[in-house]
Amino acid sequence: MTADVLTKSQLISGNIIMKKIKDLFHFFFQSTKGLILLGITSISVITAVWGMLSGPMVEWGVRDFVVDLLGMDLQSVERSGRIIMLYHVIAMIVTAIEVYMITSIVPMRRHQRANINNTITVGWITTTIFGLAFGYFGHNYFYHGLFLVGQSLIFFAGLLLTAALYPWRKHFLVEDKEYAHTKSGYDLERMAFFIMAVSMLISAGFGAVTGSFWSNGHETFLAEDLIRVPDKTALQKAVIGHLHIMLTLIAVAITLIVGRWMDFKGKLHKIAMPTMMFGTAVISGGVWSVVWTHMAHTFIYVGSVFVMFAALLLVIYSWGKLIKDRTAELGLENPTFGQKFIALFHDPIKFGPFWQMVFMNFTVSGVGIFMAIKLEQIFRVWPAREERITLTGHWHILSAIIATIILMYYIDIAGIKGKMRKWLGWTIIIGSDIAFGAATIFSMKRLFVTEYYQTPVVNWTMLAMDFGLGIILVLVGGILIWRLKDLFSSDGLWSKESASPELDLERTSVLTQAGRDAIKKEMEI
Amino acid sequence: MRTLQNTFFISLLVITGLFAEKPMKFVDTGINPSTWALVPAGEFYFGQHQHVVDIDYDYEIMITDVTNRQYANYLNEALEKGTVYIKRDTVWGYHPGDPFDAYLHEYEIPAGDYPHVPITNPGLRLDYEGGMFNPKTGYGNHPMVEVSWFGAKAYADFYDYRLPTEKEWEKSARGTTTDDYPWGNTVQRNQANFVSSHNLFEKMFGDVVKTTPVGFYNGKNYDGYQTMEGITPYGLYDMAGNVYQWTGDDHPKVHYRYMRGGSYQSYEYSLRVWPRNSAGPEHTSMSLGFRCARTPVQMEIAPTDTSE
Repeated sequence: MTADVLTKSQLISGNIIMKKIKDLFHFFFQSTKGLILLGITSISVITAVWGMLSGPMVEWGVRDFVVDLLGMDLQSVERSGRIIMLYHVIAMIVTAIEVYMITSIVPMRRHQRANINNTITVGWITTTIFGLAFGYFGHNYFYHGLFLVGQSLIFFAGLLLTAALYPWRKHFLVEDKEYAHTKSGYDLERMAFFIMAVSMLISAGFGAVTGSFWSNGHETFLAEDLIRVPDKTALQKAVIGHLHIMLTLIAVAITLIVGRWMDFKGKLHKIAMPTMMFGTAVISGGVWSVVWTHMAHTFIYVGSVFVMFAALLLVIYSWGKLIKDRTAELGLENPTFGQKFIALFHDPIKFGPFWQMVFMNFTVSGVGIFMAIKLEQIFRVWPAREERITLTGHWHILSAIIATIILMYYIDIAGIKGKMRKWLGWTIIIGSDIAFGAATIFSMKRLFVTEYYQTPVVNWTMLAMDFGLGIILVLVGGILIWRLKDLFSSDGLWSKESASPELDLERTSVLTQAGRDAIKKEMEI
Repeated sequence: MRTLQNTFFISLLVITGLFAEKPMKFVDTGINPSTWALVPAGEFYFGQHQHVVDIDYDYEIMITDVTNRQYANYLNEALEKGTVYIKRDTVWGYHPGDPFDAYLHEYEIPAGDYPHVPITNPGLRLDYEGGMFNPKTGYGNHPMVEVSWFGAKAYADFYDYRLPTEKEWEKSARGTTTDDYPWGNTVQRNQANFVSSHNLFEKMFGDVVKTTPVGFYNGKNYDGYQTMEGITPYGLYDMAGNVYQWTGDDHPKVHYRYMRGGSYQSYEYSLRVWPRNSAGPEHTSMSLGFRCARTPVQMEIAPTDTSE
């Protein structure tokens, strides 16, 4: 055999490999489940690697090792900019994951879903690669330019999503009257998604406009460094509003998403959806108004009450449903309180997201309200550094809570059942709550321990945080290794997910005759 | 129940023992804390974004933080002269008040007596016995801590000095360079006292003793522990790490006082020359001290005072 002649068997194996690559490509970029897996994998890898650059990892010398190994270029003067790039990258991927979920659970035209998903996928991958390259591996205009191109694509995908979610069109109407709807049958949950998406686009503009003034009236800063500056510029206020509202809207989106996962319906759904819509609009308007008025916080508080009330209704509904479903499964017609209690905890993966929403009140909302009430007693007395720790802890915890909710939903999407499901569920709940609880104690330590005696509190809470988050990272690593191994199997889970690419749940509205006619007319054109 | 109680108290004793302070000994750095450095008039790069700012006058600034010995001496003199007094285990003194603008949430600081030093605070490294203040054993040349802004300003006023403004402080730390740290763009673990430096001093004397003597990082070898020189272009020590330092400005509308330089509790990025920390002027901390500035008198070196 000569070198330039391929044997039949080589051609066959070449074809097999190409087909496998094509199938995997199709899975990762064309199926909702594959796209979500790709996003979660990327965030996990970034968190694992970049998590080694701060906190105790510095003390242990891990940071220096990672920096040398990867050839990172960490100039001390550029730290603020680096951090901004890093959390934009992570936020873009989280946003993309939520968009994948929304395009799957809210009925829309197939080409709309494909256009939105393809655009945002190219957007976040471009943002991630070039954002991290610019922030951590040396500056050049090419990297930064492509980072902005990626973000622009994500914004464009947001415009497409908003158009697809447009709720006042008779193509998709509510048929099952248990779902919140208007008299004409318009879907109120769809409206809630729509308002969230519109708010997010406008809120993104607050960051983008400010960014366009960079070095021309705006300079890089971390919001936590400005907390005690009495007179902030309009651009500084815009950025502070931007980061707060984007995280809030990501939280609103995941609340709506897991509500659909639980098939949220009935009276509570009918109260919750208008409440969520109103709350989202008011809180967004309140945050935008921070640029112009001192009254902004009043609007924000009002909006927050409505959003949190809607989330509370979802928690009540979901826990009731978990109890009802489990006791019915066991054939208990008149379950006792104890049986209901046990039923509630039967499936930690479905119990967890709503528990995290409740737990958030102790570690995020409650702390925030307590701080606001005790403003004079705490912030006049504490140094800025302590206040900064509390504030950064506050939004890190909220972000991490959203991440654990996404993770638990993903475990359900991946179809993990039995003992493994319970182990994973309880590990995420207990691990994260230990970490968040410890972070809260750490940040509030000055209320109950003096500086002289704080060393044991600092050491133990730091250890608990590292343990709690570490165990979740190990767990996520385990899931990803399992999914990686699965890719090598010809009929693995990935191929089943490719065949059934969309999320398996009940949708609130259905395609109407008007919708069918519109599609038909479009095809004729 | 009794077993539970016993277990709790035994655990408490063990934990307390683990973190108890070990006895200290005096470590001579050879640096005289009564020395002043001259900072000439001229422009320098101020803040994170390196805006060019001009200080159009010469000034002098102490090359180290005020030490426990220096502050104890001051307290004894001031008590004798009656510029401060002791009430409810605290040193008090008069402050003429801050201008009030009635800004939203503005905290008013009217004229009156304010706390300077909490005497019974365990973080304070001074003993008060027989009507006299003295540094605790081994702490004479450590920076004075647990002193409020009022207490720091009173010290400065007593000797006709002043607290440096933020701009004076930063120029003293950075010189006319654009460097991140007083000596360059990186910081080594044996160059400054910060949270992950794990300095030998901390290992020798326990976890609670976290300050280092002023001027400790001067290139000297301490029983096998080799330090690097951590000095500014003008020859100041401890402008990055060890303890935060009060600066003199009153910030209108909020009346926070800014603290600079980072401390033994800070990660290295807080040791850069521009990050700000702030607190109300009555705040005290184990990781907060000060140094003074003054209008140049004459470039004379004060009598050596490196004693314990």
